[in-house]
Amino acid sequence: MTTTELTKKDMLLDSLNELDFSNEPQFSQDLRTNAKKALENLEFPTSKTEYWKYTRIGKIINKTYGIQHEVSDSNIDISSYLIPELDANIVVLVNGFFRTDLSQIETGKGLEISSLKNAITKEDAFIKDHLGEIAKAEKELFIALNTLCFTDGVYIDLNKNAVIEKPIHIINITNSNNLISNTRTIVKAHDNSSVKIIESFVNLQGEESFTNNVSELFLNPNSNVEYNKIQNKEGESYQISTEQIYQRKDSNFTINTITLQGTLVRNNLNIEVHGEGCETNLNGIYLGKEKNHTDNHTVVDHLKPNCNSNEVYKGILDDNSVGVFNGKVFVRPDAQKTNAFQQNNNILLTDNAVINSKPELEIYADDVKCSHGSTTGQLDEEAIFYLQARGVSKRSAINMMITAFVKDALDNVSIPTLKDYIDIKIEKILGN
Amino acid sequence: MLSIKNLQASIEDKEILKGINLEIKAGEVHAIMGPNGSGKSTLSAVLAGREEYEVTGGSVDFDNKDLLDLNPEDRAREGVFLAFQYPIEIPGVSNINFLKTAINETRDYHGKDSITAKDFLALVKEKSALVELDAKLASRSVNEGFSGGEKKRNEIFQMAMLEPKLAILDETDSGLDIDALRIVANGVNTLKSKDNATVVITHYQRLLDYIVPDFVHVLYNGKIVKTGGKELALELEEKGYDWIKEEVDAAS
Repeated sequence: MTTTELTKKDMLLDSLNELDFSNEPQFSQDLRTNAKKALENLEFPTSKTEYWKYTRIGKIINKTYGIQHEVSDSNIDISSYLIPELDANIVVLVNGFFRTDLSQIETGKGLEISSLKNAITKEDAFIKDHLGEIAKAEKELFIALNTLCFTDGVYIDLNKNAVIEKPIHIINITNSNNLISNTRTIVKAHDNSSVKIIESFVNLQGEESFTNNVSELFLNPNSNVEYNKIQNKEGESYQISTEQIYQRKDSNFTINTITLQGTLVRNNLNIEVHGEGCETNLNGIYLGKEKNHTDNHTVVDHLKPNCNSNEVYKGILDDNSVGVFNGKVFVRPDAQKTNAFQQNNNILLTDNAVINSKPELEIYADDVKCSHGSTTGQLDEEAIFYLQARGVSKRSAINMMITAFVKDALDNVSIPTLKDYIDIKIEKILGN
Repeated sequence: MLSIKNLQASIEDKEILKGINLEIKAGEVHAIMGPNGSGKSTLSAVLAGREEYEVTGGSVDFDNKDLLDLNPEDRAREGVFLAFQYPIEIPGVSNINFLKTAINETRDYHGKDSITAKDFLALVKEKSALVELDAKLASRSVNEGFSGGEKKRNEIFQMAMLEPKLAILDETDSGLDIDALRIVANGVNTLKSKDNATVVITHYQRLLDYIVPDFVHVLYNGKIVKTGGKELALELEEKGYDWIKEEVDAAS
């Protein structure tokens, strides 16, 4: 066993060896060297790895991938990836590289958006101190892999008191088959700042490509960050996505993870709440079609008192698709007066669809309000008939029921045009 | 308008309807009465197109169309309306929005343009007043948290919005207090015209004091065994169903 796994890992690392980071400053090279060391001690997860129990990654690792070495200037029409009627700062990444020429960025008012690669080259003080600080290479193989060879990414830098009205839309595109891309997003939200981010993952061709992205979000006191992640890769595609969030006191963090398409999608969401008076909202919707496999692993770690977290994940699984939900909430001994709620609801549209749902609470404080729950069911046939009996087509009736089902998981998407976009996409994908 | 000939239907291989014959013309009100288990609700379910019931024989002609050949939504679009005995609660689906979809899909089916938002709102206002349904209830999730009476009034509100040719009221009186009954009956009577027809399915004569039928049919053991005028309902109220059962059983 061990020998073959090592071989696979070595093969993957071998292909990534072609990447040359020797021009980078010392701090970054050190980070990559550490990641390489960490990788030596980390193995690909197997069915015996508890954290990966329901997700086999054979599809991802039994392939050989190409890599893109440097930014290209190929013209790409991004219009179909825009959110209709949304005025946003547009940031485009293609095959792991920041494309200034395709982006439309309006900075100022305390906001800077830049290529992470540039920020590293310039030895930006924050990046130098914080890159890899919360997404630790030694913790997880895919974080280590990303740290070793991320080619570029986005750095969103908010000054003190910067309240940014215009959302930032990062469009992360893969447009080549059999390609591996590693990108990293860093968000620095300084005191009292506020921002809304959308990151959509899409592909243009991009068959059998693998995206391994890592985001690190740092929330200073009284900052407010909404991060909307839209996973919409058509065809055969794989994605492992890790978000590490660090919340200081009175900060407000919301993440909405919308998985519309993707052959194998794994989301690792880890939120550390290090200050009092924090609000944390983590919602998600996942659609499963055909043999797609979607896995959401979330951790909220309450370390300080007087914080609230709310989690609602909704799954709609069609055909032979598989969903995995594992939500963990820690309430540490100091975290008195924590309110933590967690809910996972699933609808199976066929007899062959599968959900593995595991909500978990670990509470070490005694004065807290926590609850969790998980449900799995079918659409109510009686309700569908009732709607049909009024002249509504079966398709419309099912859409109405699904829209109603996912509604509360979208409550924290505060951008109305994005909400409409998601509703329409859900309808369209399930209607196919 | 509706012509049912020798209709037979079963559920899970159990025969419920054993040859129903019924002719309904525009402008008429028909009452179908009968003891529990006689097949009253099955008849309404088969006409509305519930999939659980299998039609094993006979035909149903609705304005020269084979009704049994249509899916449930097309039956509704052709003008058949069933007021449910137990209206379903649908959390998260707005009463108003779903009715708008129902009206627009029906208009589309008949090759007409969608209703304008303004006309639709005017219609909601007018029709909810008819059944004294609070405008707030009209815009909430379908039947969610409604009282029994509110659910039945919502059924008649929907009927008023959709203006069907044939309305089938399945035990609409069950569980209603006298005030709610009067409101529901008043709604049905106001909607009555020479161009539409109403079928009232009920166990009790009480509703028929308010919605006066032209014909009363007694359903027993899957067949219509007796037909008369409104006085038949009074006779049933007085004497119960046993004498009919005896008559039928003696004849067979």
